[in-house]
Amino acid sequence: MPATFIQPEFRVKIDYDKCHKCGRCVQQCGWGVYDFNERPIPHDEKCRACHRCVTFCPAHCITIERNPLAYRDNDNWSASLRKAVWKQAETGGVLLTSMGNPQPYPRIFDHLLLDACQVTNPSIDPLREPMELRTYLGRKPDAVKVEPDGAGGFRLAEGGGMSRNVELATPIIFSPMSYGSVSLNVHKSLAMAAERCGILMNTGEGGLHEDLYPYQDHVIVQVASGRFGVGPDYLKRGAAIEIKIGQGAKPGIGGHLPGEKINKEVSSTRMIPQGTDAISPAPHHDIYSIEDLRQLIYALKEASGYKPVGVKIAAVHNVAAIASGIVRAGADYVYLDGFRGGTGAAPAVIRDHVGIPVEIAIAVVDQRLREEGIRNQASIVAAGSIRSSADVAKAIALGADVVAIGTAALIALGCHVCQSCHTGNCSWGITTQKPELTRRIDPEWGAERVSNLINAWSHELQEILGALGVNAIESLRGSRERLRSIGLDEQTSRILGVKPAGM
Amino acid sequence: MPIQVIEGYRQVEPARRTEGDAVVFDANGVYYQQLNDAIRAAVEAGAKRIVVENANGQRYIGAGLQAKDLTIEVRGTAGNDLAAFMDGPKVEVFGNAQDGVGNTMASGTVVVHGDAGDVLGYGMRGGRVFVRGDVGYRVGIHMKAYEGLVPIVVCGGKARDFFGEYMAGGMLVLLGMNTQFPDDPVAGGFLGTGMHGGVIYVRGAVEPWQCGKEVGVSEAEEADMAALTPVLDEYCASLGLDLAEVLSEPFTRIAPVSHRPYGKLYAYL
Amino acid sequence: MSVTRPRYAEEAPFKIHGGCGLAGICDESGATMSGEDIILAMAVQRDRGNGLGGGFAGYGIYPEFPDHFAFHMMYHDEQAREEAEVLLNEHCVVDLAEPMPTRPVKGISDAPLLWRYFLKPLPGELERLELSEEDLVVRLVMTINAAVDGAFVASSGKNMGVCKGVGFPEEIGHFYRLEEYEGHTWTGHNRFPTNTPGWWGGAHPFALLDWTIVHNGEISSYGINSRYLEQFGYKCTLGTDTEVAAYLFDLMLRRHGLPLELACKALAAPLWSEIDRMPEGERELMRSLRAVYGPAMLNGPFAIILGFNGGMVALNDRIKLRPLVAARSGSKVIVASEEAAIRAVAPEPDVVWMPKAGEPTVARVAGMPWPIHGDLHLTPAEISCAVVGVEDVCDEAVEVTA
Repeated sequence: MPATFIQPEFRVKIDYDKCHKCGRCVQQCGWGVYDFNERPIPHDEKCRACHRCVTFCPAHCITIERNPLAYRDNDNWSASLRKAVWKQAETGGVLLTSMGNPQPYPRIFDHLLLDACQVTNPSIDPLREPMELRTYLGRKPDAVKVEPDGAGGFRLAEGGGMSRNVELATPIIFSPMSYGSVSLNVHKSLAMAAERCGILMNTGEGGLHEDLYPYQDHVIVQVASGRFGVGPDYLKRGAAIEIKIGQGAKPGIGGHLPGEKINKEVSSTRMIPQGTDAISPAPHHDIYSIEDLRQLIYALKEASGYKPVGVKIAAVHNVAAIASGIVRAGADYVYLDGFRGGTGAAPAVIRDHVGIPVEIAIAVVDQRLREEGIRNQASIVAAGSIRSSADVAKAIALGADVVAIGTAALIALGCHVCQSCHTGNCSWGITTQKPELTRRIDPEWGAERVSNLINAWSHELQEILGALGVNAIESLRGSRERLRSIGLDEQTSRILGVKPAGM
Repeated sequence: MPIQVIEGYRQVEPARRTEGDAVVFDANGVYYQQLNDAIRAAVEAGAKRIVVENANGQRYIGAGLQAKDLTIEVRGTAGNDLAAFMDGPKVEVFGNAQDGVGNTMASGTVVVHGDAGDVLGYGMRGGRVFVRGDVGYRVGIHMKAYEGLVPIVVCGGKARDFFGEYMAGGMLVLLGMNTQFPDDPVAGGFLGTGMHGGVIYVRGAVEPWQCGKEVGVSEAEEADMAALTPVLDEYCASLGLDLAEVLSEPFTRIAPVSHRPYGKLYAYL
Repeated sequence: MSVTRPRYAEEAPFKIHGGCGLAGICDESGATMSGEDIILAMAVQRDRGNGLGGGFAGYGIYPEFPDHFAFHMMYHDEQAREEAEVLLNEHCVVDLAEPMPTRPVKGISDAPLLWRYFLKPLPGELERLELSEEDLVVRLVMTINAAVDGAFVASSGKNMGVCKGVGFPEEIGHFYRLEEYEGHTWTGHNRFPTNTPGWWGGAHPFALLDWTIVHNGEISSYGINSRYLEQFGYKCTLGTDTEVAAYLFDLMLRRHGLPLELACKALAAPLWSEIDRMPEGERELMRSLRAVYGPAMLNGPFAIILGFNGGMVALNDRIKLRPLVAARSGSKVIVASEEAAIRAVAPEPDVVWMPKAGEPTVARVAGMPWPIHGDLHLTPAEISCAVVGVEDVCDEAVEVTA
């Protein structure tokens, strides 16, 4: 019998007439696709279509094609389902994958349209006139309390103002991606970009490497169930602290960073021995209910000198009630990760079938918090496939304060969304710890690319605000009146609080 | 006698009389259409000097008029869009002017002996606007020069935000002298924001926070003063002011750093 | 002509776009003037409207009833009047009820039934309901506007009233016989709605208690302003963006206890670049104010005049996208969209100026209290109950409790 029934997904085509026989493709490929025998010889079955070889081939003689192999038509038993069964029959394993849910569920952002001004109110020129994106992440009081200052004016009464908030120059931050799942150079790139753009990066659950200490005012330090690298020093360094309950790509599932990825640096950052598996339990074993969450939130506040503490959850069916509980438990922000959010590794069955879209989660959480009169008590961070500045604007109009981007930032660094992060062989040097691969990202180069992306999206947000005739992001936040739906069913539109186009 | 509805303006022809070479209209309570009709008729009949008395808010005085040696004197408060699209005449206001003075004006002169409002000189193509006192927001916005047409605006008082916004050509001058707001800075913020042509001169200094990111600020040099002095001379002569006093402080020159300030903003798909 | 919002619009709340003109006159000495001056100031600005809405607010106009709440009511028909009067009589003593004095005017047609009532809470009623009299009146106004089909409360304050309708302001003023009233403060409005037929209740000023607002421009942030207000129990039913401005003032002044000057700074917030340049104490105050009241910030072009028994405040948007001119003439402060309106009533004022963006122009009437309140009596839920008529909106509390 053959070792596998599964045929290669791609075909690597080399135009040998053009090929320089330089061997660069062999050197660049992290998957071991190429042998070299006077000329490169590809092994199609190893190809992930990551385009590293294509990009670096000096002769432009490589192309990757989809394997045209025909499967007997069957809409029910798709080729990918047949391959999944073969894979599991061969191995008995849980199918592991990475990146966000690629299945063809409706993409609600693509069914929402923004408004613009014509005549009765003016659009505002975003290049010449002020167009403010500054956002404060954290808890706001119900009202500002002032007292006379004795000179005819007023001053803040004791404790009457805004408590500790993190100032963001633009409402976009980086989502948590741990050192371990991504390389140190990726972490450095994100931290440097966060500092340059006046925003935040997020350690993820793998601790804070000392090379990032200079950027700590722009870092959210995460506390997850594995508690890797968590200590008082870590908590005190961050601009804010985040309790990770769940992740959009794998709600209810823990994590597992294999021992071979725990090299010396990862080991010291996570504070675990080299070569041991880093296992994140599915739940926090000190949080079995909402009052336990409150206990942990305040433990972190006490330990850190009352830094803002946020809570990240996956968007699941009852997200509004859960978020309300989180806010009442004292969280300064609620991070909602939609079902299309990315991951470094997740069971495909969970990634592809669990959770709800972030658009819905934002809408119901924002509305619920308003109905309960506690919307001001916490910021909403929305993530889970924010793909463009248009998605940012729509998420904010639905009610988010801030969005977090992970995949988009990695794409800026070279990621081609080949969905193979879990292999640790990323040819682009992103989701790997192999030194010959991680050195492919120079942090300075990476920081510039990611900063460019944030700046470009921020400019585009300003263009959108200007067209909407408002000059501050808070006037778009939660302003669903500026959205219309197209091609959404009535019930979904109602849940989103958005009227259909034409109304 | 039954009480009548109070009217702001009546749709009647203005009373007309002549005084020497001037045709004088009494605008008191007259709607702008009848007033401007009367002015146009007088111009067509060959009048070279027209006086509008008791003006109070009538819009569009001098708007669209094309004539070379015509003078219109407005006594009172000139309404919105004074001298809009005007090409040639001189309009002199003894009083204040409201918003939109010299809107897209082509040529001619406007002299305002009082203050003027917002959006003065929007898209102005040529001619001169001289204001004795303060002006409002967005003054000199998108003035532009083309070949022989070079618009000039001189404001004697202070200006609010967005002075010279999008400015593409011509000369904008701000003196900060005859003002109701002695404690305020000479201009507001966003001075010259989006400026990509022309020049702004401010008497005295400006702070960096006031200026748009597209401009460079320097002391006015000899060449600047050579261009500015005849303009100020004409300004002072028009308003009966002392040129020496105006020139007693150094001027600041504000000019665009680039003719294409947004060249790097876009990436082509 | 409809009293309440046009029927076709009721399915989906929307806002009415419009440009407008406005004016306000306040004699700070407390001396009174007839309604003729404010009519003239508006008549000069006739071209700023299109005849689909005009209105006035007068303060100090009912000296014979200084302690009664004066309700100016608009009714579709007699049935609406009967239903509304049941509600008025339920908690209040009505000491005088009469049709508004009006006269026929060419150009004004289809006027609704216009009545006015001078009322006080029933003895013991405030104690029984544990409400302040202002909160009782707010509840009554919200209930009538939301629950009685074809009835609309045009104003509900003490010793003041709003007279408004569909027509040019000078016609409306003539219709309501405003020359027969004497007040120390007057505001006026000329409306240019662009996407809906005018309706009587939708004309300005918009009023709650003695607060009135006239407004020129459009509030582009209406969507979030109204959602913010809903959190506090205000239900935006009128479909005009002016309504949110009135409720926001009520919220910040009466319920949050903010001084008027700071409420203005929250509504027309300074730019962050300006805040960053302020001295530390002021910077922290403004930063908090802006961050906390971000959803209340009125974004987009506007000029508004807020009237109340103690005087008036005129305010422009934060980057001055609508015109506003102010003047002082003797003890009078006059504001308008155009200088000509000021000079029509005060030809040679002592000083005329254009207020800065976001900087309130204030007129205080001597001897009248300045509006800093701050006692919150009604909870948002209670107001919601009053408005939507449900038993307890808080039943659906958090499900995630331990």
